[in-house]
Amino acid sequence: MEATYNYKVVRQFAIMTVVWGIVGMLVGVIIASQLIWPDITMQLPWLSYGRLRPLHTNAVIFAFGGSGLFAASLYIVQRTCHVRLLSDGLAAFVFWGWQLIILCAAVSFVFGVTSGKEYAELEWPIDLLIAVVWIAYAILYFGTIVKRKTPHIYVANWFFGAYIIAITLLHVVNNIELPWMLGGSTSLVGMFKSYSAYAGVQDAMVQWWYGHNAVGFFLTVSFLGMMYYFVPKQAGRPIFSYRLSIVHFWSLNFIYMWAGPHHLLNTALPDWAQGLGMAFSLMLLAPSWGGMMNGIMTLSGAWHKLRTDPILKFLITSLSFYGMSTFEGPMMSVKTVNALSHYSEWGIAHVHSGAMGWVAMVTIGSMYYLIPRMFGREEMYSTRLINVHFWWSTIGVVLYIAAMWVAGVAQGLMWRATNADGTLTYSFAQTVNAMYPFYTIRLVGGIMFLLGMLLMAYNVWKTVSIGRVVNDAAIPQAVHA
Amino acid sequence: MIEGYAVPDFVSDVWNYYIIAITVISILGVIWFLKSQSDKKLAPGEKAAMMDHVWDGDLQELANPLPRWWLYLFWFLIVFAIGYLVLYPGLGKYAGVLNWTSAGQYSEEKTRVDADFNRVMEPFMHQDVMKVAVDPTAKEMGNHLFLTYCSQCHGSNAQGDGRNFPNLSDNKWLFGGDPASIRATLVAGHTAEMPANLPGDAQSAKEVANYVLSLGGKPHDTALAAAGQAKFAACAGCHGADGKGNVAAGFPNLTDDAWQYGGSEAAIVETIVKGRKGGMPAFQDMLGDAKIQLLTAYVWGLGGGQQPAAPADAAAAPAAEAAPAN
Repeated sequence: MEATYNYKVVRQFAIMTVVWGIVGMLVGVIIASQLIWPDITMQLPWLSYGRLRPLHTNAVIFAFGGSGLFAASLYIVQRTCHVRLLSDGLAAFVFWGWQLIILCAAVSFVFGVTSGKEYAELEWPIDLLIAVVWIAYAILYFGTIVKRKTPHIYVANWFFGAYIIAITLLHVVNNIELPWMLGGSTSLVGMFKSYSAYAGVQDAMVQWWYGHNAVGFFLTVSFLGMMYYFVPKQAGRPIFSYRLSIVHFWSLNFIYMWAGPHHLLNTALPDWAQGLGMAFSLMLLAPSWGGMMNGIMTLSGAWHKLRTDPILKFLITSLSFYGMSTFEGPMMSVKTVNALSHYSEWGIAHVHSGAMGWVAMVTIGSMYYLIPRMFGREEMYSTRLINVHFWWSTIGVVLYIAAMWVAGVAQGLMWRATNADGTLTYSFAQTVNAMYPFYTIRLVGGIMFLLGMLLMAYNVWKTVSIGRVVNDAAIPQAVHA
Repeated sequence: MIEGYAVPDFVSDVWNYYIIAITVISILGVIWFLKSQSDKKLAPGEKAAMMDHVWDGDLQELANPLPRWWLYLFWFLIVFAIGYLVLYPGLGKYAGVLNWTSAGQYSEEKTRVDADFNRVMEPFMHQDVMKVAVDPTAKEMGNHLFLTYCSQCHGSNAQGDGRNFPNLSDNKWLFGGDPASIRATLVAGHTAEMPANLPGDAQSAKEVANYVLSLGGKPHDTALAAAGQAKFAACAGCHGADGKGNVAAGFPNLTDDAWQYGGSEAAIVETIVKGRKGGMPAFQDMLGDAKIQLLTAYVWGLGGGQQPAAPADAAAAPAAEAAPAN
């Protein structure tokens, strides 16, 4: 066993990445439809927008993105440390524990159980479960690094390591809450309900310190780890600059932690905290772009491969979207810009250029690399279908974010338009009405993206059926350290 | 300026210095780090060497220096951030060279736009409401104001919802339709609360309802109405023995055609049995004199406005509540 890699847990997570991707995006398509046809779910409370929306965000971020990250990190840590995972039992525990968390989350959201904190809606029993599984993952991951056979730790592992530590900190601090049970509630609702330990603007600040860094570490730093393995592997080129990876790694992790207040600009948050958040958010642009540059420049000498290799297309396009949304983010942190963009559909555009363009596309590309190897093959069943998937996703994202940009700017301008007598030019209902065409284009984009995932599922199914399951792969002995 | 809005609220000065210290040290740390890592430069034509580690068979790294343009971008952003923190609040209690505050900016903007708006509204402030009501400019502004402040309840066409929120475009008024009464309603609002089930039971409610209908000369069951007459005593305390109410005190006239909650027998029975709790908020503090003036004129001009009472004396306004005779 010691001379082999544990592929079983990687395979399980890789398959679930595709499954949860479809589920999460399907729920996204449903809620996008609800914004056009509010009665499409027949007014069933379980399928109301307020309950499905956190289901969508959590499914995409933690179920789809999370499974992809577990698959990638547990694969990469073995392949770049040249050792098997610390413990097979712990690996199985992390897999089944995470799937249990996802199921609990789905059920509780549908029943309307929520702590009301964005991206941290799960109630305290599930929060505790997450903490246990996450610590198990940390032990598994760092334990494997400790017993590595290579003298140096590969760059992808720095990023995964930072992600695991930061998420532990964020999850614990933001979810300090008092279960209502302790206050004596014996009702069914009371069993799951809890209240944040923080109050007022402090609560908001803790929440958005968490919220912003959930984006920063769960959706950025971690996926850069993914990028740092699959891009050089698929391109067959060395990483552009070791020095750049050091500088942007440390500066990214350090500066990200300061930027949370930009979610609370022009609110009751004290001016000093808003200003500090804005200043650091602007600085964040450089370290963010450092990762994009290092990825894209890795391709120098192999640009021609972009023409023929759709996996590389996914990876490089994801980096372009990453660069775009990490430029957009600091710009939106400027108070003057934020006064227009905040609360509008512009925010939705920004999130989705990150979530669909960067996170989903880098994951999809990586899974297309990973999945055939989990089934004893070099390639997916059909490269042509990967190519079709690439174009559907790309067009889908572009339709989605272009529609939401226009919608957001229009919305922001309509909200602030006033007549000569100081009254609002548009009533709120009029601003909603103006959104219909953009919501429709967004829905089309979202459906294209979802169809791409279904294509992927078909391709994976065919790959699985012609391959054979690899539970343990021999560790190449020739690797020189 | 809004007192206490978005100001530092440190419980002790320690936090102030703590914030300043970690911010300054952090930025200096980033500068030192960046400087220490940007010493290397490739000579023209020189190719970066390969680092000598290899992972997983073929993963390697080149020893390229930091891209120059990226480095300059980083320096620029650091300088910008420092400049921002010197000019604007950010470092704990340090107010910044420009002395800017969000509350200050808000007050400034509000003062400026209020002045602008008042200039537009000023000409109508001293005109008679009925004259303002026919002025096209005032009418348009009144419509904007109505859509912004009133349409949520009374609807964008001012016709109410036919049940809880009165129609303002007809000639039926609960609290008076002459300019002074409309203004009084806007300024002070009305609390309208009627207790539930005063007559005691469903049968009595039905009898009282028929008596109420008889007071206004409307079709009713005479036997029931006769039985209800005595029980109406429970209502007379507010609505008066003759059912004509006291508009000034907010007790509606029951003998006219103005019904907020419906004038059918069933609707009246429901009102008696369940009671009602409604009311209109007072808008004086929120809107101020100019907007109240324009809205008074706009509502008056919607179609149902009544002439002021004989001497155009605001205090006498309630007396103008003469119900349409039918």
